[in-house]
Amino acid sequence: MKVHIPGALRSYTEKSQVEVGGATLGEVLAELDRQYAGIRFRVVDEQDGIRPHIRIFVNGAQVRDLSQPLGAADEVVIVQALSGG
Amino acid sequence: MANPNDNPSAPAKPRSRARNRPVLIAVATRKGAWLYRSTGARKTWQVDGPHFLGHVISHLVLDPRDGRTLLAAARTGHLGPTVFRSDDLGRTWKEAAAPPAFAKADDGTKGRVVDHTFWLTPGHASEPGVWYAGTSPQGLFRSFDGGVTWKPFSSINDDPRYRQWMGTVQDGTPDGPKLHSVIVDPRDPRHLYFAMSGGGVHESADGGGTWTPLMNGLDVVQGFDAADPTFHDPHCIRLCPGNPDRLYQQNHCGIYRLDRPSDRWVRVGRTMPERVGDIGFPLVVHPRDPDAAWVFPMDGTTVWPRTSPEGMPAAYGTRDGGNTWQRLDAGLPRSQAWWTVKRQAMSADAADPVGLYFGTTSGELWMSRDEGARWTCIARHLPEIYAVEAAHPA
Repeated sequence: MKVHIPGALRSYTEKSQVEVGGATLGEVLAELDRQYAGIRFRVVDEQDGIRPHIRIFVNGAQVRDLSQPLGAADEVVIVQALSGG
Repeated sequence: MANPNDNPSAPAKPRSRARNRPVLIAVATRKGAWLYRSTGARKTWQVDGPHFLGHVISHLVLDPRDGRTLLAAARTGHLGPTVFRSDDLGRTWKEAAAPPAFAKADDGTKGRVVDHTFWLTPGHASEPGVWYAGTSPQGLFRSFDGGVTWKPFSSINDDPRYRQWMGTVQDGTPDGPKLHSVIVDPRDPRHLYFAMSGGGVHESADGGGTWTPLMNGLDVVQGFDAADPTFHDPHCIRLCPGNPDRLYQQNHCGIYRLDRPSDRWVRVGRTMPERVGDIGFPLVVHPRDPDAAWVFPMDGTTVWPRTSPEGMPAAYGTRDGGNTWQRLDAGLPRSQAWWTVKRQAMSADAADPVGLYFGTTSGELWMSRDEGARWTCIARHLPEIYAVEAAHPA
């Protein structure tokens, strides 16, 4: 499936969109980390929580649970929320 | 002109130029990292940066064991914390494969999350791959492979007693409670110290397997129980390379010295001028003379403005183990300078005379080639400076 990568994470992927497989959001992020080492921990903490200023949308709806089932046609968008100063 | 030998703050003779190797200043800021390089003369500085522009860099440390490896503790406003590693003095960087992270909590229980790695300490000279890291919220971590992968110290991070002493995030300093001042005894890799703000000072004689609080003689804020580590707020602890049995501490409640094997800290800051006080964050020790140390006081009165007292910044130095202190402000602004210096943002090189360096909350980098007798600004307009480490690259 397509995963859209925010600017803050393109130092890992070097592109704005990547193709990754997985039956759940957790599996997709794990596969993303296998391809682009280190990217998952920047997005998901050690307790499997999505970090406070990161949002993940699947087909336009926000998802907070890594066990969310996904299909091959789904589109995942990782977004950096407004923060900082 | 006065004879510099009449100045009690001036370095003692004789001086050897043999120690004056090139210097690298590693500057960590709220918006990235910079490296400043100079010859042993330390008169002109070549800037290299920014590295990691936009990242919050809490600490950037050169490994003294090889003079080439740099570790940077990083995060951004959006992204989680990580550690970057360079083995070529910052020309290229690689991210840690497993940065410091707390153990995953059992199902149904709430686990802790590392917000940022705050402190980095290279291990003992006999253990080339070992590094230690302190985090916020408080956690202690160790790497055995040069910072590529990190393992938590369960003896601290998961110990119910230590968890109680750490308190919660709300009990900590304004930008999060910190584990800092991880110190390795140069005579014994198994003899370790660390400090927590808040949570006190702790010592291990068995490589971190077990720990003992080391708080005798330390004051706490009036009305609280000094016997409870929770109420202790050490700001910065340094061990003297010239006498590893001596430690100095800048604490929330003053400046202290500890001479082992005693376990009683002695408040040596009481001799500081009353209008300045002995509150501050950084403390720097001389690389050879255990009687020499420097602090950078800040205003810790009323609501704790955390500025230079009266807008007149100054370092204070001692040459007699803290019995007396001399004001060292030549070259610094004389008025209306409201910046201060954070706990990791002051450092010394190993040259003779010793070079002192500090970075300000207003983004200025200052140095002294003569152990604090005169200060020169070597960079302005940097982001808020979090850490300054002077070192000698290979």
